[in-house]
Amino acid sequence: MTARHRRMMLIAAVLGGVIVSATLALRALEQNLLYFFSPTEVVAGEVPTERIFRLGGMVQEGSVEREPGSLTVRFVVTDYANSIPVTYTGVLPDLFKEGQGVVARGRLEPGGHFAAEEVLAKHDENYMPPEVAEALEKGRAASQP
Amino acid sequence: MIPEFGHFALILALCLALLQAVLPLAGAAVGNRHWMALARPVAAGQFVFCAMAFGALAYAFLTNDFSVRFVALHSNTALPTFYKFAAVWGGHEGSLLFWTTVLAIWTLAVAVAGRAQPLEFSSRVLGVLGIVSAGVLLFTLLTSNPFDRLASVPLDGNDLNPLLQDPAMVLHPPMLYIGYVGLSVPFAFAVTALLAGQLDRNWARWSRPWVVGPWVFLTLGIALGSWWAYYELGWGGWWFWDPVENASFMPWLVGAALMHSLAVTEKRGLFKSWTILLAIAAFSLSFLGTFLTRSGVLISVHAFASDPARGLFILALLLVISGGALLLYAMRAKDLTADGGFTLLSRDALLLANNILLTIAAAAVLFGTLYPLILDALGFGQISVGPPYFNTMFLVPMLPLAVLLGIGMHAAWRKTPPHLLVTKLKWPAIGAVVFGVVSPWIFFGTSSVLATIGIVVGLWVVASSLVDPVTRLVRRGGTTARLTRAQWGMYLAHLGVGIFILGATVTSAFDVELDRGVRPGETWQAGGYEFTFQGLRNVEGPNYDAVEGQFEVRRDGELVTVLRPQQRVYRVQRNPMTEAAIDARLHRDVFVALGQSLGDGAWSVRIRVKPLISFLWIGALVMALGGLVAVSDKRYRSQKAEEAERVREPAPATTRVQPAEGH
Repeated sequence: MTARHRRMMLIAAVLGGVIVSATLALRALEQNLLYFFSPTEVVAGEVPTERIFRLGGMVQEGSVEREPGSLTVRFVVTDYANSIPVTYTGVLPDLFKEGQGVVARGRLEPGGHFAAEEVLAKHDENYMPPEVAEALEKGRAASQP
Repeated sequence: MIPEFGHFALILALCLALLQAVLPLAGAAVGNRHWMALARPVAAGQFVFCAMAFGALAYAFLTNDFSVRFVALHSNTALPTFYKFAAVWGGHEGSLLFWTTVLAIWTLAVAVAGRAQPLEFSSRVLGVLGIVSAGVLLFTLLTSNPFDRLASVPLDGNDLNPLLQDPAMVLHPPMLYIGYVGLSVPFAFAVTALLAGQLDRNWARWSRPWVVGPWVFLTLGIALGSWWAYYELGWGGWWFWDPVENASFMPWLVGAALMHSLAVTEKRGLFKSWTILLAIAAFSLSFLGTFLTRSGVLISVHAFASDPARGLFILALLLVISGGALLLYAMRAKDLTADGGFTLLSRDALLLANNILLTIAAAAVLFGTLYPLILDALGFGQISVGPPYFNTMFLVPMLPLAVLLGIGMHAAWRKTPPHLLVTKLKWPAIGAVVFGVVSPWIFFGTSSVLATIGIVVGLWVVASSLVDPVTRLVRRGGTTARLTRAQWGMYLAHLGVGIFILGATVTSAFDVELDRGVRPGETWQAGGYEFTFQGLRNVEGPNYDAVEGQFEVRRDGELVTVLRPQQRVYRVQRNPMTEAAIDARLHRDVFVALGQSLGDGAWSVRIRVKPLISFLWIGALVMALGGLVAVSDKRYRSQKAEEAERVREPAPATTRVQPAEGH
């Protein structure tokens, strides 16, 4: 085997490795993409069923209800044009509050309510997640004639 | 008066940085030694002015000067003094000032070390650092001046973000910044090699400590951040693949690749253009990290102070500096020729594999981090990439890397006879496999394929790192004379990698998580422990009020510890914050965090029992220690040591497995 052959083989091996890993990467990425939707988009039926996605908006004032003593909590996420009821079982983040931005990860159940697996609230009082800001913007646009 | 003085010092630092960016490089180009000689004193002057500016801002914080906008936004009279000082880098403007100050310190260190190097070389390095420094200073002064005054002075400040009021948070940003900024030095070395059109072994030897040093700080900074996230964010997780975590992790991965590639460049005169490319990449990724955190494109704990203009400025800076370096690379890379070849079973080949795998991992992380941003920028909607993507894409290249690492440490340069490796590594390999398969059953009574693989690989790395040091200590009557510091450093750092792998595997595979609502007096089981919620009381801190729960933890009826997690509300910002309580032992952590009141006297709590999580931090510390020991090797210190080494180590032997020089 000449040095030239060896080099060609090395390059082929590296290229092969790159192609295999790129394919793996894209497949893993495709399976783990989470799309973000606002309540208006959910109501308009833009959300693929049977797929986990992220829902963002504001927690509607006066909508938070707990089953006493249990970790199950119900609230409504709204963009002030449309709203979606959400259920979640677990410890809520520190900054979860009525009238504040929230992002929930989960799926849409047949009854039209959203079953959340994870709830994230914004981390800073002066800071609105850009996604939520945009969702509110879309809601405002949709509610205007 | 003092803030204006600081502002003025910053402007003077910029003037000196511009001088440092222009004159030494021009001098090296035309051969004017006076211009070249200016580099060192100018660098020293720049350091003095940056330090003055930093001191002025710190003074404004310590004296509660709320007429300064940045101080008013990030401090408060009730803030403990310790945190007032740390608040200097608790916001965007101050952290940039800190950035430039750290760069000035690194530059000064390079200037001092450069006295042993040819004038043309050291002045070019300082010139390139001057360009970087001028860019960042210009950015600070134009878009983010920390000394801006407020027209109407508030009575009291807005307080530091409660999440940042924590000892680890005081240290995490400086460590990370020292690492980030330090990677500018190998970048400057790389550009210098390209400008001079030559890259010899001296170049590689001079560069190595400047890669290992920043890498050590990055390691510590990332570990501190992870530790902080673990106990402060109140979720019990230690790594989230948050874009900002990724931003610090990518330079770490590429820095590790660069460290190893430099070893080959120094010892064998190979991988020259690759080394240069990695140095440029490591620097660009640190800059990209700054862009990601400071431009507001991210949703993250770290994304304070977002302003699109700042993002654009950093992006432009990145394009000019890294783009310029890449252009230079395209023009000059053909001059960098290799000095020889190697066979498939050699340290050279194994280090090549190391570089490929580390680069693949970094690329996968980069892709997953940027993909959502690019889609969003192009108007394809908002998406995010879940942690499973990163876990898969990171583990796939890392597992073979860890396996090869054990062999690589013991392989000789150029060519290694297989039977020598087999003799040496047979027992570590057998031991790792047997113990790795059996131990989960012994300690946890259960196992899984992934856990077994992780533990076997971790044990293999630990065992193969210990072979040489242990043999030396046992056989030679306790003398370790034949291991150089560089070798000790290499073995230690890899031992740290092994410890870390064990910790990460066991914690992820065998942790116990339980969220539930509990009432005072209630008792329940989790992870072999018995928890009793004893009650609540109110606590008053210096600048917060808290509700504190008391939990008794027993094992087999015996009291293990009493944990007191808090739910705090900071008085100024009115943000609630979970303060978890952790009983940390070497073999496991018991973690309790108090959630919210559920009504009816019940409270939500998070309980975590995390076996071997301490190994994560210990592993990172040992890695960093290994780096420090390697940097202290005397051949980095003087020309004389290099001569001595050349005498001691004649032609590289090809038939004997030599105790490997550290990398």
